[in-house]
Amino acid sequence: MIAAIGFVGLIKTITQSVSQGLGGGFRIPVAWLQLTREKIRLSVALAGISFACILMFMQLGFRDALFDSAILFHNSLRGDIFLVSPQSNALIAMSNFSQRRLYQALQFDTVQSVSPLYLNFALWKNPETGQTRSIFVVGIDPTDDPVSLPELTSQDLEAIKKDDVVIFDRASREEFGPIAQLLEQGDPVFSEVRRRRVSVGGLFNMGATFGADGTILTSDLNFLRIFPDRQQGIIEAGSITLKPDADLESTLAAMRSAFPQDVNVFSKAEFIEMERNYWADGTAIGFIFSLGTVMGFIVGIVIVYQILYTDVTDHLAEYATLKAMGYTDGYLLGVVFQEALFLAILGYIPSYGLATLLYDLTRDATLLPIGMTMVRALIVFALALTMCLVSGAIAVRKLRAADPADIF
Amino acid sequence: MQPDTLVPQPVSSPRQPEPSTEPLISIQGVDHFFGTGSLRKQVLQDIHLTIYPGEIVLMTGPSGSGKTTLLTLMGALRSVQFGSLAILGEELHGASIRKLTRIRRNIGYIFQAHNLLRFLTATQNVQMSLELHQIPPALARQRAQEMLTAVGLADHLNFFPEKMSGGQKQRVAIARALVSQPKLVLADEPTAALDSKSGREVVNLMQGLARDQGCSILMVTHDNRILDVADRIVTMEDGQLHST
Repeated sequence: MIAAIGFVGLIKTITQSVSQGLGGGFRIPVAWLQLTREKIRLSVALAGISFACILMFMQLGFRDALFDSAILFHNSLRGDIFLVSPQSNALIAMSNFSQRRLYQALQFDTVQSVSPLYLNFALWKNPETGQTRSIFVVGIDPTDDPVSLPELTSQDLEAIKKDDVVIFDRASREEFGPIAQLLEQGDPVFSEVRRRRVSVGGLFNMGATFGADGTILTSDLNFLRIFPDRQQGIIEAGSITLKPDADLESTLAAMRSAFPQDVNVFSKAEFIEMERNYWADGTAIGFIFSLGTVMGFIVGIVIVYQILYTDVTDHLAEYATLKAMGYTDGYLLGVVFQEALFLAILGYIPSYGLATLLYDLTRDATLLPIGMTMVRALIVFALALTMCLVSGAIAVRKLRAADPADIF
Repeated sequence: MQPDTLVPQPVSSPRQPEPSTEPLISIQGVDHFFGTGSLRKQVLQDIHLTIYPGEIVLMTGPSGSGKTTLLTLMGALRSVQFGSLAILGEELHGASIRKLTRIRRNIGYIFQAHNLLRFLTATQNVQMSLELHQIPPALARQRAQEMLTAVGLADHLNFFPEKMSGGQKQRVAIARALVSQPKLVLADEPTAALDSKSGREVVNLMQGLARDQGCSILMVTHDNRILDVADRIVTMEDGQLHST
């Protein structure tokens, strides 16, 4: 409420300064008065603009959530350089390669340690309902500690050294069962992964992604027990940690020239980039959300254009009168563009609040890492401004019809 | 006040009748055409008219005779095609849009439809006229209110046009036209939409204010009831102007 009052004050200040700036003494905020004279029309207009902004917020939010969730696992990796098969596109589509390459990396002076990563999907059975669902299985060498996940403790790493013990992501979708609650009650929790009985030895907190509804972490040996058809030493990714004073770029370059084409050498940023590119360009999903944003933008242009066009048409006689009195075309252009500006600002404010609310609802419903960010708030604001200014630029063509010679 | 007190239309030498005074409007040999090619139609033909400061001139004539076209030419709302038309000593023939816009600021307009800005109050409507003259807002507001008081609307300063009667709206329009003290007021049938009492009040008001400020009025009208305010009456017929 206080913010709203402050906002109205701000708008008044802007109106005055804008009109002063345009006319050098034009103090009646014509655009503002014209816009606010018909409250119902203004409300409908603002609802339309807010809707367009919310559409853009949600589409961009989903897209960012997709990217952010897709790289949750990557972000948790401690390594500096990663080896992956050239056939690998994303975590949901990994090829494997021999870990020989990984151990060859130890020849480089700048490398401190290496660690293999086994990644695959398997069916997890909900211990309460018996339903199965595909879960992301990560096999690590527990003595290396290659991942840094929230709430993952050294006890957890000790636990997975035991046979058939897994650590469960508590932020997995609830269809996997109330694992966290059961465990926190102190009960031993057992489930089946790929028909193999496992016990849950601990919890971490990463989050569901578009590709994986849930994640379990276990040792490389347990991983091979779950996937008995897999061969030890054939891995999905290799994590390489450099010495503290090592130079990343030169090591990358050295490895790329030393290793044959059967393995890709990525920095962590490039590994993340691979995942992002897959979702953005390699699937329809990135495109769909971008298209959705464009749709919101176009809907917004149409709505604002409709408002401004009607407004100009309704006031043609008045505009012509102003011209007859000696007001310039530039002044009237200013009025229309100021209206566009006010519409953009006033329509944007409620959309910001509503989008924040919708993000919260979406996050609760989907466990996707979606939320308002400063960058997105600014992007949508810039889009809203552009939207309204484009509409204004189309609508001012109607101003030519305001011919003072016709009003006598 | 009598039609026969008119200054005869000077054709060859416009300064002759009142040698000491510069004419406010000097129109010589103005022709005007609408349309092009075979649709080209002459609406004004060899117009000569001179108006001196302080004069109230009425222009009558049948519909479509070209009165309004001449009025819009004098108001710098249309470009002069042929002949010479000078207002306040500035030639409009060949003038740029910028110059026309600047000249408009020195002319007060009163339209048949009041053409007030619906989203502005009476005071703000009148203020719009003063803002063109770089007058500080506080002073502009004060002068607008004084002007509205002068036209008898002291009680309606903050009314929106939709809350006022036709006569009241026309009085706001008069206040708007006169508040910046123009040397020339152009009025196009200002009483046409009013009943006879309001029409008479409006015309008396214009006459009184014009006299106080020493400005000239050129009024197009069909209204026989108000002919008595004129210093001079001219008649337009088929694009030609005759002194009555």
